[in-house]
Amino acid sequence: MGKGEDYFARLAARGVSRRSFMKYCTALTATMGLSAAYVPKVAEVFAQPAQRPPVIWLHFAECTGCSESLLRSQYPYVDDLVLEVLAVEYHETLMAAAGHQAEEALHAAVEKYDGKFICVVEGSVATAYGGGYGKVGGRTFLEIAKEVVPRAAATIAYGTCACFGGIPAAKPNPGGYKGVGDAIGVKTLNIPGCPPNPINLVGTIVNYLLLGKLPDLDEKGRPLFAFGKTVHDQCPRRSHFENGEFAESFGSPEAAMGYCLYKLGCRGPETYNNCPVAKFNDGTSWPVEAGAPCIGCSQPDFWDTMTPFYEEF
Amino acid sequence: MGQRIIVDPITRIEGHLRIEIEVEGGKVKNAWSSGQMFRGIEMILQGRDPRDAHHFVQRSCGVCTYVHSVASVRAVDDAVGVKIPKNARLIRNLLHAAQFQHDHLVHFYHLHALDWVDVISALKADPKATATLADNVSGSKVGGANYYKSVQQRLQTFVDSGQLGPFANAYWGHPAYKLTPEANLMACAHYIEALRLQAKAARMHAIFGGKNPHPQSLVVGGVTCVADLTPERIAEFLYIAKETQDFVKNVYIPDLLAVASFYKDWGGIGGCTNFLAYGEFPQNEKEPESLYMPRGVVFGRDVAKVQPVDQMKITEDVTRSWYEEGGKPLHPWAGETKPLKENPKYDTASSGGKYSWTKAPRYEGKSCEVGPLARVLVAYGKGHKDLKPLVDSTLEKLGIPVEALFSTLGRTAARGLETIAIGDQVESWVMELVENLKNGDNSTYTPYEMKDGQGVGLNDVPRGALGHWVKIKDGKIENYQYVVPSTWNLGPRDAAGNMSPVEEALIGTPIHDPKRPMEILRTVHSFDPCIACAIHVIDPDSNEVYKVRVC
Repeated sequence: MGKGEDYFARLAARGVSRRSFMKYCTALTATMGLSAAYVPKVAEVFAQPAQRPPVIWLHFAECTGCSESLLRSQYPYVDDLVLEVLAVEYHETLMAAAGHQAEEALHAAVEKYDGKFICVVEGSVATAYGGGYGKVGGRTFLEIAKEVVPRAAATIAYGTCACFGGIPAAKPNPGGYKGVGDAIGVKTLNIPGCPPNPINLVGTIVNYLLLGKLPDLDEKGRPLFAFGKTVHDQCPRRSHFENGEFAESFGSPEAAMGYCLYKLGCRGPETYNNCPVAKFNDGTSWPVEAGAPCIGCSQPDFWDTMTPFYEEF
Repeated sequence: MGQRIIVDPITRIEGHLRIEIEVEGGKVKNAWSSGQMFRGIEMILQGRDPRDAHHFVQRSCGVCTYVHSVASVRAVDDAVGVKIPKNARLIRNLLHAAQFQHDHLVHFYHLHALDWVDVISALKADPKATATLADNVSGSKVGGANYYKSVQQRLQTFVDSGQLGPFANAYWGHPAYKLTPEANLMACAHYIEALRLQAKAARMHAIFGGKNPHPQSLVVGGVTCVADLTPERIAEFLYIAKETQDFVKNVYIPDLLAVASFYKDWGGIGGCTNFLAYGEFPQNEKEPESLYMPRGVVFGRDVAKVQPVDQMKITEDVTRSWYEEGGKPLHPWAGETKPLKENPKYDTASSGGKYSWTKAPRYEGKSCEVGPLARVLVAYGKGHKDLKPLVDSTLEKLGIPVEALFSTLGRTAARGLETIAIGDQVESWVMELVENLKNGDNSTYTPYEMKDGQGVGLNDVPRGALGHWVKIKDGKIENYQYVVPSTWNLGPRDAAGNMSPVEEALIGTPIHDPKRPMEILRTVHSFDPCIACAIHVIDPDSNEVYKVRVC
């Protein structure tokens, strides 16, 4: 069996038909803004590419929600990503080794793949008091970022904390937290969200594996395929907004009818993300669909600029 | 003089933890637990809208997602005096039960298992013998020699690639690994199955919460998901819960018991002394009487005498933590505590040295373990109709005495047993929701007026007892406190020198090779640490002692 066929056989054994898988690749390709001709190539990427590109994942001041969001990825599942698609050479939440064995693994990976690895950063970097509010293995996040990030082929800041500072940077920001790019003066590809939709990270990685380059970015370093439009412009409740049909209270008949949540504080008009279209957890739902106004979680400094969340903007 | 070993980072946890041990005569003689990161969410909450708090605090942790959100809305509900509708109570409970199922499954397989399971040994297994073993111990519907052969082949291909990823530089072949190659291969297959199942299980949160991690549908006064109380959505939730519970009972628990049978000596390692549970899952408005998992505290392992909990007896001490000291330990609502404005010095050598960002919570001055074991012991001591038989039958199956519960093994087993009990309640709670809707009640939210006052939300979440305290003035948060399970379990010593539960539990652990102290990971992981949760700043300026109502 060829490698591709073996992959489809494994998928079938787990109840995922080739048809479902191709549907997913089609959706992913569409999300990335590529033409339909790319669909079989995307499928090939997951059916084992020629070599597994190395990924080093750094955790700084984070809640691990971003790593957890990637664990929710389906087609490919995380085991596909870790065992067949990528070489995730360092990830503190999953790795077996601890302590100095873990540190050695990080050091070895940086040396072996110098200039060739994708660095994914989760969490923001403390800069006050010499970065002393956050450490791993006795070294500050700042030190680690300065050492590892410049040696990557590309660095993806995953989650609003790594992109823009996130919650630790909210006023009064006791630790002097910053997004990793700002903290060390490096340009990062930013996939914000609190946490982001993993389909946007997977889409970015596939773009890189397929085309050998990162996707087109906006002025904030965010991939346009995911962050090119506002939530408002893609919202299924938009016609209610245009018709002046608003829910004015939670649990009201209007809320039950799915009216626009603008008056309950929805930040959709100010927020660039693809939540209404990509949805979360294998297309199950997204906040507005569950009756919860958008809080703008992929925007820089949203904890300060978008609050109070339940007041109309 | 013993040998000092530092393990930093502790991996396969949430957050940044440093464990230092002193090894003498092949055993741990002393231990120090240090939280290594500080963000300051309680400082960040000062002056903000109380309705927003649950979004902020939920970002304490994305592994323990949801739990801070529910604790926070309960605290503010309490402060403003709003009674949420029955449907909202049920939805909040269902989302919490889903979190227990998800969190405990992921913990056992993806955070804890590699301490007990040797992946490299699995490569030597005979797939046919593995299938036979699985048929004997597991209720899994997926199996057979071909299946295990394909899993093994997949792992072999991965190892042959030379890019070992998460398996690199680990402790494979360590003599403390006791499973047969076949048991290891079975566990590896289930690790992968659980990885796929958890992605599906998380959809339960998306159904009523919009997404996971960080569901968004809780609000002060109720929940927002009124439009999801449809037969289709409810059925979707129920059937995912049932599929998840099927895996819990037919794969997770049998694996837990199979692994435990090889590691019975761990029934004598890693125990603590006192156990605290706030209880969880209110069945009606009366708390703590109606809590499905009961509230109580056990001192000195005396499970026969479960004491009631008085939260006025909770204090937090910062003598050994990187905060400016305010004198004696105080209740969460009293006292001034400020993070040291410097790159903190790590000092475990001097008797009063500060060595952690985590504070030291105590109950009546005593260090208390919180979490699954505390809940199960309290339930057992109170004769809980579901948990007592589960515990008794497990002890009998494994052929171990009740004292073995006070250990790393006991803690790990308790996590599984409470998942059975809680997961089994989901269907009845869903049916209660359905009955309510059939009777024409679809209310999910009670309007309220914001007012000055104080409130508390006590909860018991997957990692343990969680309390949020809020004080509101002029419609803004004047003061916000939370005391979190991993703070209880993984904090430092207090002024009196009492060790935290993990420090106490590590004493006496046999260490085969100080350069590869794998054994301590077993106990540390058994607490399911969440260090981002554990560390938060305690309030700035308040000298008053506030009266706190016990819910």
